Amino acid sequence: MATRAEDLGGGEPPVMAAKAYQWPDAGGHFGPYGGMFVPETLMHPLTELRQAYARYLGDPDFLRELDADLRDYVGRPSPVYHAERWSRELGGAQLFLKREDLNHTGAHKVNNTIGQALLARRMGKTRIIAETGAGQHGVASATVAARLGLECVVYMGEVDVARQEANVYRMRLLGAEVVAVKSGTRTLKDALNEAMRDWVTNVDNTFYIIGTVAGPHPYPAMVRDFQSVIGREARGQMIEQTGRLPDVVMACVGGGSNAIGLFYPFIEDPEVAMIGVEAAGDGLETGRHAAPLCAGEPGVLHGNRTYLMEDANGQIRETHSVSAGLDYPGVGPEHAWLKDSGRASYVAVTDDEALAAFHGLTRTEGIIPALETSHALAQASKLAPTMRKDQSILINLSGRGDKDMQTVARLEGLQL
Amino acid sequence: MSRIQRRFEQLRAAGRTALIPFVTAGDPTPELTLALMHRMVSAGADLIELGVPFSDPIADGPVIQRATERALAQGISLRDVLAIVRRFRETDNETPVVLMGYLNPIEVMGGEVFAQAAREAGMDGALIVDVPPEESHALVDAVKAQGLDLVYLLAPTSDAARIEAIAEVASGFVYYVSVKGVTGAGHLDVDEVSSKLDAIRARIELPVGVGFGINTAATAAQVARVADAVIVGSAIVGRIEALAEEGQVERIPAVVGDFLGELRAAIDETDHGDQHG
Repeated sequence: MATRAEDLGGGEPPVMAAKAYQWPDAGGHFGPYGGMFVPETLMHPLTELRQAYARYLGDPDFLRELDADLRDYVGRPSPVYHAERWSRELGGAQLFLKREDLNHTGAHKVNNTIGQALLARRMGKTRIIAETGAGQHGVASATVAARLGLECVVYMGEVDVARQEANVYRMRLLGAEVVAVKSGTRTLKDALNEAMRDWVTNVDNTFYIIGTVAGPHPYPAMVRDFQSVIGREARGQMIEQTGRLPDVVMACVGGGSNAIGLFYPFIEDPEVAMIGVEAAGDGLETGRHAAPLCAGEPGVLHGNRTYLMEDANGQIRETHSVSAGLDYPGVGPEHAWLKDSGRASYVAVTDDEALAAFHGLTRTEGIIPALETSHALAQASKLAPTMRKDQSILINLSGRGDKDMQTVARLEGLQL
Repeated sequence: MSRIQRRFEQLRAAGRTALIPFVTAGDPTPELTLALMHRMVSAGADLIELGVPFSDPIADGPVIQRATERALAQGISLRDVLAIVRRFRETDNETPVVLMGYLNPIEVMGGEVFAQAAREAGMDGALIVDVPPEESHALVDAVKAQGLDLVYLLAPTSDAARIEAIAEVASGFVYYVSVKGVTGAGHLDVDEVSSKLDAIRARIELPVGVGFGINTAATAAQVARVADAVIVGSAIVGRIEALAEEGQVERIPAVVGDFLGELRAAIDETDHGDQHG
């Protein structure tokens, strides 16, 4: 296997060219998933966005600007860290962590908000809007808005505003207006509905930064492209550090942007298994979870066809997860396609398993992970002991856990 | 000829503009919706749009969102909505009924099952808000195989190519969204609407209804001058909400009927004036 690195051109990240994997199609479909299921009022803004994105994706000047910001403002490349103590403790495969937690603002979200905000500026938009659940995407949007001098409005469910006070304050410090959404379940999905309504109404000067690989075309492809810097870097870093590709790449999946960002550059490496980890909440059998790929059915929500959590009448169901960032009843359409096509597999871990992994990594490696990320860590700790010591698992450490101190302390009966 | 086509031909022959009220089915109760539909017809409604409640109505403003939540709180499903239409047909075989809703509840039922059940219930057409022509092939086939009309939205931002794409698949009538925004938004500019309707009529032969910002008799009359149909939703649903909150549910048909009567009179005056002026 040591020859792999030479085959692949040493430690350099291979250029993504002439790919056989060509999804989405021109209409934004990934197999039967994705698409543009939106009211006619949104077709024009989506067309305008699609054209602008296609234009700037091939514009060297735009890409230079993006690369410079990712380097100097976000702090990329983020390292890949060999978690040796944790690997030894599990006694199987070697575990490697892609450290997205070290990015500016503490998670992978900013890779995407930087890209979309620079696009917004090129399109002459002066106002950006965003939806947020836990507040991480809202903070990442408010951050880039502050830097570029753009007006920023963040929609957040009333329930989430109450339970994520620190992030609400952070967004306001950054100059964003946070609007508490009072409709529906008053959580992330309703924030997304409200942001779309704002966009329809203010389309002339407004750019909608969606935070995950969901929504209507071109969002799933565009957010994937901005996030795939994660996998491009990690692919080269693994080859450099181990002389070969990882046997498994693994990430948590809510909407699925950090997972797609890691997976996409490995799609055409059939020897690399891809595993997405959803939130099983109290357990899939209880119905109180946020695992549409593992326990949902295909349907249409937020502009795309994908796996959903819905009731027998097609109404979207409330979700449950200890991690607010995974608390979403849909999932990016490309994940739905990767599941059906068999290229990736998806599993779910419970709140309790995720919490155990949260404490485990913190004590073993001195890294406090986000609760979302802890779902991937929990699955890795189940899988690693079944593998050989010369095999490897690359996990996307998508965010840091500072934001979760209150939640974890409360679960242990403490008030901070 | 479909019931919708027949209705628009009658109106055209009489030189009248259609009045189309929208209500959310099951708001505040299914029984009331049925009574309300009959009352709206006697007050001058030419066609009824019946909203199918969906948990995530992205095209709707706060008034219709709340109506949706009231209906969903009682567990109203797509099958329940069709049951209301079936009961309506027991005594009204003339007034067309169009369902307005979102795709997911229909997908769960299955496109063909839905289309057959809808025809059997006596429904005449469907406007599925989140299905643009690009995504509607299978559904178009299923719905048209049952002889139902598919109504589409057109927006101020729809260009010539989109209007033509919609002309390919639409039947019955088309629904022009008069403002950039969600249902219940304000600031309808009749001159702007008028020039857009010219562009639409150059490419679509179907009658054109206008809605999304019509909340008074005066606006209805202005729109009637340029449109084939005046569509009123949030202004009606807002009245339903106010009465439901005051515990005066039984007064809803009368109050909504009186409001539609005002709109009807204002529209008739415009139609009459146009004929003679």
